[in-house]
Amino acid sequence: MRPLLERLAAGEVVVSDGALGTMLMERGLQPGACPERFNLDHPAALEAIARLYLEAGAEIVQTNTFGGSPLKLAQYGLDDRAEEINAAAVAAVRRAVGDRAYVSASIGPSGRLLQPYGDATPDQVGASFERQLRALAHAGVDLFCIETMTDLAEAQLAVRAAKALAPATPVLASMTFDHTPRGFFTIMGTTPAQAAAGLLAAGADAVGSNCGNGVERMVEIARAMRAATARPLLIQANAGLPLLQGGAAVYPETPEFMAGQVAALLDAGVQIVGGCCGTTPAHIAAIRAAVDRRARRV
Amino acid sequence: MDLLTRLSESLQGGDADQVAELTRQALAAGLAPKPILDQGLIAGMTVVGDRFKAHEIFLPDVLLAAKAMYAGLDLLRPLLAKAGVATGGRVVIGTVRGDLHDIGKNLVAIMLRGAGLEVIDLGKDVAPERFVAAAQEHGAQVIGMSALLTTTMPVMRQVVDLCRERGLYGKVKLIVGGAPLSAEYAREIGADAYCFDGVNAVDVVKRYLGTA
Repeated sequence: MRPLLERLAAGEVVVSDGALGTMLMERGLQPGACPERFNLDHPAALEAIARLYLEAGAEIVQTNTFGGSPLKLAQYGLDDRAEEINAAAVAAVRRAVGDRAYVSASIGPSGRLLQPYGDATPDQVGASFERQLRALAHAGVDLFCIETMTDLAEAQLAVRAAKALAPATPVLASMTFDHTPRGFFTIMGTTPAQAAAGLLAAGADAVGSNCGNGVERMVEIARAMRAATARPLLIQANAGLPLLQGGAAVYPETPEFMAGQVAALLDAGVQIVGGCCGTTPAHIAAIRAAVDRRARRV
Repeated sequence: MDLLTRLSESLQGGDADQVAELTRQALAAGLAPKPILDQGLIAGMTVVGDRFKAHEIFLPDVLLAAKAMYAGLDLLRPLLAKAGVATGGRVVIGTVRGDLHDIGKNLVAIMLRGAGLEVIDLGKDVAPERFVAAAQEHGAQVIGMSALLTTTMPVMRQVVDLCRERGLYGKVKLIVGGAPLSAEYAREIGADAYCFDGVNAVDVVKRYLGTA
């Protein structure tokens, strides 16, 4: 495959994958269990999920390492196994996709609040990301995806650590915003424009948003980011906010509904489009088809 | 500007040292702990809550204000207890079993304490039995449940059902919160209210306690 950044620079649109957590639940992950522990116990299931997304048309397939930083793993007493947990996740996706898709290392928040708001020091959080990134890089990922961040300072620590460790490996950086009557903000008060500028200043190659309140809001967020930068944007929306049906959480946005917003996302400058919570291979297949339809028209 | 207004404003600015210093000054000037609490600390946190509600300030500002509030509250607490001042009400709070996410729950606890309520924080991964036992033991008026995961949300229904079994239902108010929650979900499981953030939780609890 051609290098991702070369394709983005040429204006191409790349489709990424959908939710992982719900797929893991269907394959036996218990509520309350450490999702990344699954990497050690059920690598074949991870491989099967990656294959489903590849077949759906995703060209960026994420590793099950969202909570794979030692600080986060420590909540489950698994921090001493960070290296093997991250390596196993990368190996499983690579077995599934070979060189037909980019293996994207997911890196989520540390779960700690930085000083002075919380008790974590920047050194502590930075070192935790650095250790996870090193394990991921060593296992051979194609890109890093720092996602679901709400604290710009924490996201910047992760981006800088990634660029210091592996300058040539693309870094996607993505934050999660709430909609308020005064506009979009992360829970820490960062706007999409501030996030885009701050993440790019830290060295990110593409910036955007994931999770959140559904794909229509993401169009607005992408527009707000586009006003701050001409660099490639990424959007990975939830399939809406979950509703309860018969005791189970159901995400309301259908594959067709989400695919219906793809043109608006691309018009806003989004070049990497995929899904977050509640999206399935069917959503990704629909998004893929919408992207392809659009490419034919251009 | 009088001392308690300055105390309130220092708290709003998140200046913990200044809050501790002004609390000491107020006590040295002979003010009783209860008005220092009400007109200084709680008044300050109310402004912080209102500004947060209006999206003028955000989580970091609230966390700093809360730290500042504790700097004053720690000085007042023993005096309030000695004077036999009753707390504004008691809330048992926790993140439900199977869920280890507690940043949101901690924020709600901070805001409730900031409103002068007593909070019994059970932490995270809390079993239904512990919520109910703690509410009975402490005579709480409200149980607050938090979940970040769609997979742990159903535990809230177990807590509601256990309250029914123990005869607490209707006597103890049950409030829920967390990213995947909604008013519809709260209604469906039989909880009394869904609170979308810590400030909203304060409003709801105060309404239940008749102190709004």
